[in-house]
Amino acid sequence: MESSTLIAIASIVTAGITTGIGVMMPALGQGKSISSALNAMAQQPDAAPTITRTLFVGLAMLESLSIYCFVISMILIFANPFWSHVIAK
Amino acid sequence: MKLSPDETIFWQYKFITINLTMVTTWALMLVMLVSSWLVTRKLKGDVKVSRWQCILEMIVIGIKNQIKEIGLNKPEKFIGFIGTLFLFITLSNICIIFPGYEAPTGSLSTTAALALCVFLAVPFFGISEVGILGYLKSYLQPTFIMLPFNIISEVSRTLALAIRLFGNIMSGGMIVSILLSIAPLIFPVLMTILGLITGIVQAYIFSILAIVYIAAATQEPKSKEKKVISKTK
Repeated sequence: MESSTLIAIASIVTAGITTGIGVMMPALGQGKSISSALNAMAQQPDAAPTITRTLFVGLAMLESLSIYCFVISMILIFANPFWSHVIAK
Repeated sequence: MKLSPDETIFWQYKFITINLTMVTTWALMLVMLVSSWLVTRKLKGDVKVSRWQCILEMIVIGIKNQIKEIGLNKPEKFIGFIGTLFLFITLSNICIIFPGYEAPTGSLSTTAALALCVFLAVPFFGISEVGILGYLKSYLQPTFIMLPFNIISEVSRTLALAIRLFGNIMSGGMIVSILLSIAPLIFPVLMTILGLITGIVQAYIFSILAIVYIAAATQEPKSKEKKVISKTK
């Protein structure tokens, strides 16, 4: 196999795996944090604004993890440096 | 497929390039400048104020209360910086309802510039609040062993700020453009509405994180407070 084929296979497969795992794990974490925030809000409705704000900040932090994975898979597919290096040769 | 609006180039002369990101940023700046000038041209202290002044007061007081809730006691000092960040990111994110518009926050150069502003603002506000020694002491919290990790976190959180905003906005635009080729009728509209929500939440998160970082740098070291308390006892 040529090196360009190998690079294409590796990038496409890695991009899929990256997005798959990178969506799965933060989703579990986000579900846990939302459920415990709902529990806390049901027990103490007075503290709801503070809990909501902290929940949003935490959710965005968790979300950014999966966004990192997404950015990496986008780079692998659309702007792959190794691929363009081989093509330029 | 385009990853960012940086690749649409209007005008180029040697190494100076003017691309879509810069043009959109300038247009947004112009809109914000002109609208705020129009509103603040005739401010009144009466009971009866114009509706635009009412909106502006609501925005300013809202941002002020948010800053105060996080723990910065003098929000007037920080509202210029935090409010500018928040308003610029919000405006550039909610303008995606206009067709043909590409958000400048969907380009890594804009978000990196905003994150660098936060990176520089933290020592600036920290030194002006607690002095150089007090600011440097915040690197030694809780013990001096944490010094390298504090320095690493300073850099990595700046990177995270930039990538988070860029990734969220870029992914929104990319999902819409992929859906346009698969199901062009209704789904792109729904995803754009979702993009509006994520855009506003990301603007909120960006400014909240900036406030949290500044608040962490401007707080007095806790050991000093304990000493004061023990002295008064």
